[in-house]
Amino acid sequence: MRIVVKLFAHYREGRFKVQEGDFPLGTKAADIIASLELEKTSPLGVLMVNGKHVSPDYSLREADEIALFPKIGGG
Amino acid sequence: MADKIYRVNMSNLSFKIEEVPASWMGLGGRGLTSTIVAEEVDPECHPLGPNNKLVFAPGLLSGTSASNSGRNSCGAKSPLTGGIKESNVGGTSAAIMAKLGVKALIIEGLPKDAETFYQLHVTKDRVEFILVPELIGLDNYAVLEAMAAKYDKKVAVMSIGRIGEMRMNIANISVKDPGGKLRSHGRGGLGAVMGSKKIKCITVDAESYKEVTIENPDKFKEASKIFTKTLQENPISGQGLPAFGTNVLVNILNEAGGLPTHNFREGNWEHAEKICGETMAENIKARGGKTTHGCHAGCVIQCSQVYNDKDGNYLTSGFEYETIWALGAHLGIQDLDLIAKMDGLMDDLGVDSIETSVMLGLAVDAGILAYGDGARAYELLSHEIPTGTPLGRILGAGTHILGKAYGLVRVPTVKGQGIPAYEPRAVKGQGITYATTPMGADHTAGYAVATNILNSGGHIDPLKKEGQVELARNLQIASAAVDSTGMCIFVAFAALDDAKCLPSLIDMINARFGCALTIDDVMNLGKNILKKEHEFNIKAGFGKADDRLPEFMKYETLPPHNVTWDFTGEEIDAFWNF
Repeated sequence: MRIVVKLFAHYREGRFKVQEGDFPLGTKAADIIASLELEKTSPLGVLMVNGKHVSPDYSLREADEIALFPKIGGG
Repeated sequence: MADKIYRVNMSNLSFKIEEVPASWMGLGGRGLTSTIVAEEVDPECHPLGPNNKLVFAPGLLSGTSASNSGRNSCGAKSPLTGGIKESNVGGTSAAIMAKLGVKALIIEGLPKDAETFYQLHVTKDRVEFILVPELIGLDNYAVLEAMAAKYDKKVAVMSIGRIGEMRMNIANISVKDPGGKLRSHGRGGLGAVMGSKKIKCITVDAESYKEVTIENPDKFKEASKIFTKTLQENPISGQGLPAFGTNVLVNILNEAGGLPTHNFREGNWEHAEKICGETMAENIKARGGKTTHGCHAGCVIQCSQVYNDKDGNYLTSGFEYETIWALGAHLGIQDLDLIAKMDGLMDDLGVDSIETSVMLGLAVDAGILAYGDGARAYELLSHEIPTGTPLGRILGAGTHILGKAYGLVRVPTVKGQGIPAYEPRAVKGQGITYATTPMGADHTAGYAVATNILNSGGHIDPLKKEGQVELARNLQIASAAVDSTGMCIFVAFAALDDAKCLPSLIDMINARFGCALTIDDVMNLGKNILKKEHEFNIKAGFGKADDRLPEFMKYETLPPHNVTWDFTGEEIDAFWNF
């Protein structure tokens, strides 16, 4: 299935901003986080799929857009 | 050496240095400014008339070596909202006032001669009233230059520009920072109050001060070390904010569908990437600016920056998400360099960069400029407003009055103050803060974005109503307390996620004053402040109907999540049940 992966803040360093890829059925958000070794850069802060907060055990579906952020803040 | 209250009367150009009343002893920052305004200002007074008072108070820990303790509070009845106002700022004024022993500076009355402007020079023993005809018509950087020529370069300066002289609602009070740039008591039109009192600038002597006394230096040092460590080890205050500044929020709000776009018509902006924190950081690195920069001495977070143009020339610092959002997604300017140039200009002019930019976005609906027309926006800001043309006066009155003048319905304000940067329909906890805070729409009053969007202090679904009133209440109580310590509000990220942060902050207060406050005492302080502020507003004529968001948010659905503002009045009013 086709999934769009978007990375932000420190997660972009040495990786990419946005990438579309083919993933096997049953892929969970956690699998993508692990395959990109994001938590070697910084602990996961926020995970959204199609603009909504989900947990890492979310099972991705065709055409999902997953957005991954380290812990960030401001105000 | 005990701290004193410095009381200035502009009606007869006199001053008194008073003992601190016992009931004010344990107060600082917002707790003290709001208490003084509530006790001494007639809530029914005209904000620009003789009975309003302008109060400055450094926080309880300002002037000490505690990290991030350099915030100064300014309070008055606001000409923008008609309610009580506290606006706090970095820069050098808090520490210098605290070290001089100024617990609060209270400015009363109005001079009889309307043509004059004064400089107030505060020293240990007196307040001098200096006529400054040569400064009339100048903006902030020229005032800083004139004061640098007159005094030791460390002198604290608080000033207004032409727009403050004209008493426009968007006027702020600008404060010199350690690098000689400007920070702002931004919100609520406090610069207009200072202008009404005919004060062009206030300087505070930085040559004769003594270090603040600490009752228990060893305990202070120990607690301070733990506190600093919690800030440095927190991924938000230790990594995210220094690297990308507050503008890191553009992308996450955009992803969440909570980035108000085109005057609150949509929750996403297709050009977000052009103005986001990641793009800003790339530009800074490529152009020889600084990604880290502190707004006050002792800041270990360093969320500010120095942003240069393509040729490496300074454009601005303290380049914040809310301003970038308003000129970007809200008004439609896609050029981050032009946004930076406008931000730098707003520093010099001395206007609230949130109110001004939200107002300029609404000016699109008024037909004054086209969405995305940066050149026209720059012209309005650099010419119409500061020269006080009739159009400039309407714009300078702020978002709410512009909306009324042009017969607009979709006016994003609460209690007359422009709504910043977070779409209430898609970040519902923040909507509750906007509706209820006595300050008018103010994001810092109870930053529910933290828990709705950023997963700080847990997670509460931003699109659902459950838990939002309680969240906004707890955050507003905590923020009122933090705003009294002199601490930057960004210590809240460590406080929300690290159990060692808040106790070490309280230990520092106890060591500074030799007291024994508990967390409950500090939370009660926050509750008392909020209640005092709320009561002032009620006496000033506010009612439940003022604790509401603009009506259009109830009947217009916001894409992409197609949400409305769906709280009932009763649900919102339950906020005050504490």
